Amino acid sequence: MGSNATTVNKTNTGAASGKPGKWLLACHVEDIPADGGACVSFGEEQIAIFHFSRRGQWYATENRCPHKQQMVLSRGMTGSAGEQCEPKVACPFHKKTFSLLTGECLSGDDYRIRTYPVKVKDGKVYIWG
Amino acid sequence: MNSSNKPVVVVIGNGMVGHKFCEKLMAASTSFQIVVFGEEPRPAYDRVHLSEYFNGKSANDLSLSMAGWFDAEQDIVLHIGDPVREIDRTAKVIHSRKGIVQPYDFLVLATGSAAFVPDIPGIEKQGVFVYRTIEDLDLIRDYAREARNGAVMGGGLLGLEAAKALLDLGISHPHVIEFASRLMPRQIDSAGSHILEGRLKKLGLQLHLNKTTLAVEGEGKVRSLRFADDTSLDLDMLVISAGIRPRDELARLAGLQVGTRGGILVNEKMQTSDPQIFAIGECALVAGMIYGLVAPGYEMADVVAANLAGGHKSFTGFDMSTKLKLIGVDVASFGDAFVSEPDSRTIVFEDRHKGIYKRINITGDGTRLLGGILIGDAAAYNMLLQTVNNRLPLPPDPEDLVLGSRGGASAGAGVMDLPDEALICSCESVTKAAICSAVMEKNIETIDGMKKCTKAGTGCGGCVPLVKDLISGTLKANGRYIRNVICEHFDQSRQELLDLIKLHTVKTYDEVLGRWGKGDGCEVCKPAVASILASCWNDNIQQQAVIQDSNDRYLANIQKGGTYSVVPRIPGGEITPEKLIVLGKVAKKYNLYTKITGGQRIDLFGAHVSDLPNIWEELIAAGFESGHAYGKALRTVKSCVGSTWCRFGLHDSVSFAIEVEERYRGIRAPHKIKGGVSGCIRECAEAQSKDFGIIATEKGWNLYVCGNGGSKPQHAQLLATDIDKATVVRLLDRFLMFYIQTADPLTRTATWLNKMDGSMSYLKNVVVEDSLGMGAQWEAEMQTLVDSYKCEWKEVVDSPALRQRFVHFVNAPRKKDPTVAFDSMRGQIKAKEW
Repeated sequence: MGSNATTVNKTNTGAASGKPGKWLLACHVEDIPADGGACVSFGEEQIAIFHFSRRGQWYATENRCPHKQQMVLSRGMTGSAGEQCEPKVACPFHKKTFSLLTGECLSGDDYRIRTYPVKVKDGKVYIWG
Repeated sequence: MNSSNKPVVVVIGNGMVGHKFCEKLMAASTSFQIVVFGEEPRPAYDRVHLSEYFNGKSANDLSLSMAGWFDAEQDIVLHIGDPVREIDRTAKVIHSRKGIVQPYDFLVLATGSAAFVPDIPGIEKQGVFVYRTIEDLDLIRDYAREARNGAVMGGGLLGLEAAKALLDLGISHPHVIEFASRLMPRQIDSAGSHILEGRLKKLGLQLHLNKTTLAVEGEGKVRSLRFADDTSLDLDMLVISAGIRPRDELARLAGLQVGTRGGILVNEKMQTSDPQIFAIGECALVAGMIYGLVAPGYEMADVVAANLAGGHKSFTGFDMSTKLKLIGVDVASFGDAFVSEPDSRTIVFEDRHKGIYKRINITGDGTRLLGGILIGDAAAYNMLLQTVNNRLPLPPDPEDLVLGSRGGASAGAGVMDLPDEALICSCESVTKAAICSAVMEKNIETIDGMKKCTKAGTGCGGCVPLVKDLISGTLKANGRYIRNVICEHFDQSRQELLDLIKLHTVKTYDEVLGRWGKGDGCEVCKPAVASILASCWNDNIQQQAVIQDSNDRYLANIQKGGTYSVVPRIPGGEITPEKLIVLGKVAKKYNLYTKITGGQRIDLFGAHVSDLPNIWEELIAAGFESGHAYGKALRTVKSCVGSTWCRFGLHDSVSFAIEVEERYRGIRAPHKIKGGVSGCIRECAEAQSKDFGIIATEKGWNLYVCGNGGSKPQHAQLLATDIDKATVVRLLDRFLMFYIQTADPLTRTATWLNKMDGSMSYLKNVVVEDSLGMGAQWEAEMQTLVDSYKCEWKEVVDSPALRQRFVHFVNAPRKKDPTVAFDSMRGQIKAKEW
C-alpha cells in the first residue's frame, strides 16, 4: 500500500502551476481501495481520489461525470490507455473514459473534468484546493 | 402486356440462375421488357442454403429479392406458380398453364433440374421424398415428426446435406446409402472419403457404401429397403438425393437439340439450336457438361445478359472447386483434385487420429499448385484456390502448404499478396481490388457491410472467410486496430485467457495482468477477467471489488441519479405471502419504488449505496438471498404454474424451475443467462425466448437453447427431445460450461451460437453426443461451482470490513449523496430526469 510513501502528482492545475491554495486533508490511505477509487466530501464539493497501487500513483478529479451530471466517477473502473499508459477512469453509467492527468475525455466526446494535485504523507492523503 | 416497344425477353424459370439473369440484364441494359414465368409458388430463393430452413431460417430469409422488387421495377413482370406448358417457335410465343400467351423476341430457359429418382420398385411409396424445394422440405418436416429411422439415398454433396437435415429434424442416427465405393465421388478420392466416413460416423451417421437398392418395401408406406447383397434396412422415411436430371422436357417438346443423357445443347454463347433461345444453369449442356453448382450458372446468366446488351462474352468452362461444412466437418476440393502421376506429383497428409486429410497436386517441377482435397480442416482452402487460380509461386517446401510452416514465417502467399484482379467471390465476380477499395474508400469494415456494398459473399458464401481476411488485412495494412483480443492490455482472446488462468491456477486480476498483460488494465479487461475468475474459482467477487463492473462492485444495479436497485431471488417466480409482506415493509422503510420485473421477481429501486447492507440484512433475515440481477450470471428461471394447478399442465414446471434456478444461481458467465420452464406446449413461460428453455411433453421434457429476447429476438433451438429431468440437468451442465468457457466477453448464448462453425448441429454433437469427450469434465466442473455457491450478500452483511465499502463519502460514511433527488409519480418515487 505504501502508506509511508510521499507522492505528489504534478498535474496541470493547482500547486504545480503556482495557483494559490493549500493542501487539504482528504482521507487516509486505507480509505481508498488499491487500484480503485473513492469519493471524499469537501463542503459542497465531491472529489474522486484514485490509487494506482501497482505503480504507486495517486490522482484526484471531480466526482461528477460531465455527460449526465452524475456523481459517480469515484465508482468507475480505473486503467490505462496507450503505450504511454495514460491513467484513466471509466464512468459506470455509459463508460465515457477520462484521462486522470489532463481530465480530457478519451472516448471521443468534448468533455473535460477538473483534476487536482494529490500528496500522500504519513498515511494521509491531501488534495491541493 | 408489352405497352412499350421494347423487345421482350421471356425467362422460363425463377430459380437462382433465372433470377440472377434478370438482375444482370436489368443492370446491363434498360432496353428490354422482361417477363418471367416460375413454376414454384414463391419468387426465387437461395437453394444453396436450403438446409438452413431446418435451422430456423424462414422461406422469407432465403428469398433472393427484397419484397416489392418485382413491383418496383417497371420493365419486369413475374408470374409465379404458373409453369410454361409449350413453346411455339414458329409464332414466337409461349403458352402458360394458366392460359397466358406471351410473345417473345428472346427466350431464356432457366428451368434448372429435378432430383434424379432411380427406377426402383416401390419408390412411389408414402414416406419417400426428394430434397429440392422448400415444398419438399415442408413435406419432409411434417413426416419426420412421426418418424424414428430415416435414410438418405445418395452419398454425394446433396445427400450428405439431406442427412444433416434429418439430424436437425430429430432423426438421431440417419443412414446414408451410396452406390459407389466412396462418399462424394465427384469431389474427393478414396483416402479422403475414408477420413470423412470416420468423422461422420462419430457424428451419428450410419454409412452404407457399395449398396445397390433393389426394392423399397412396405404396405403403402415405406418400411424397409432391400439391397442386392441380400441385406435389408428398416426405416420410416427415405430421402432420395441420387443426383440431378436437367429439366429439358419443354425444350424437347419444342424440338430443340438435347443431349443423349439429357440437358439442352448450347454453344459458348449459351445459344440453343434456335439462336433466339438460350439455356442457362443446370438445364444447359455446354461442352458435354452439366454444371450442378450455382456459380457457373451465374456466369452463364452473365454471358447471355452481356450479349443481349450488345457485348461479347463466352462461357469457357468453370472452376468447380467447392468447400462446404458437412455437419461440422470441412470438406473441400479445388482445382484439379484428381490429377496424378505422371502429370503431377502428389503430397498427402493424413491424420487418422484427428480425422484430417489433405492432398495437394503440384507440377512436376514443384513450382505451381494444380489442385487438391481437404477433409476435416479446410482453413487453407481459399488461399490454396487462389494459389491455383492466380498461378502464385509455391514456397520452396511445398509441403508447408498442408503442414503449415515449421520455421516461423507463414507458409505460401498471404491473402494480401494476391494480385488486384484475383477473383475472390466467383458467384458475384468480385475482385480483391473491389473489396479492398470498399474498405479504403467507403470505410466498410464488416462482412455484412461488404455484402451490401459489393455483393461479395452473397452467393454460396464460400468466400466469406477470405473476404473477412481481406477486410482485416486491408485495415491492418493501414494501421487500424482489429485483432480479436480482449483489449489493448492482453494479446489473448477470452477463451485463451480462461485456459491460461485454469492451467496456472491464477486467482487474482493482479497476477493475470502481471503474467500476461501490460499497462494498468481497463474497464474492458477487468470485468472480463473478473468473470473468468468467478467462473473458474467461484470466490466471492467482493475480494476483488475494484475489478468488477460497477453493478458487481456494489452488488446492485446502478440507476439514474446514482442510486441502486435491489432484486432478491424469487426462484421460479414462486413467493409466499409472508415474504411479499417483507418486501413491502422493506420498500416502505427505505422509501423504494417497487416494480414487478420481466423475470417474475420484484425490483426495489432508489436505494442509497449506504443503505444497501441494511436493506439486505433485513431481506436475508426473512429468508431471501441475492438475485444476481447485477451480474453477468444466471438471472431467473421463469415458470408457468404447471400441473399443480393448471388443467393443461403435463408436469410440475414450477418445482423444476426452482430446482434449476437454485442449481445455477450465482454462476458467472460471459453474459447474463435466463431460463424458462413451461408445463406444456402452450409455453406460457415463454421458455423459447430464453438462453435455455425446458418444455414439458407427454414423455418427459424438451430442451431448447440459445434463445434471446432483447433487441434482436431469436427463438431457442431444440437440443434434445423427450428427456427426463436428470438428463435435462446433465445436458444443461455441459451446455453452460461449454458456453462459459468459449464465448467472447458480453456475448449472449444466441450470438455465441450464431458465430459457431457448424452451428446447432455442432452444438448438439458436442453437448448431446459428447463429440469432444468433454461431457464428464464439464459436469464435474459445474458440480464444483454448484457446491461452492454462497450468497454473496450474506457474506457482505456478515462482514464489517465488507460493509464499510458501501458508503458514498469515505471521509463522512453516514452522509448520503446530497445530489440524489426524486420526483413522484403514481404515488411512488421516480428518479429525477437527467
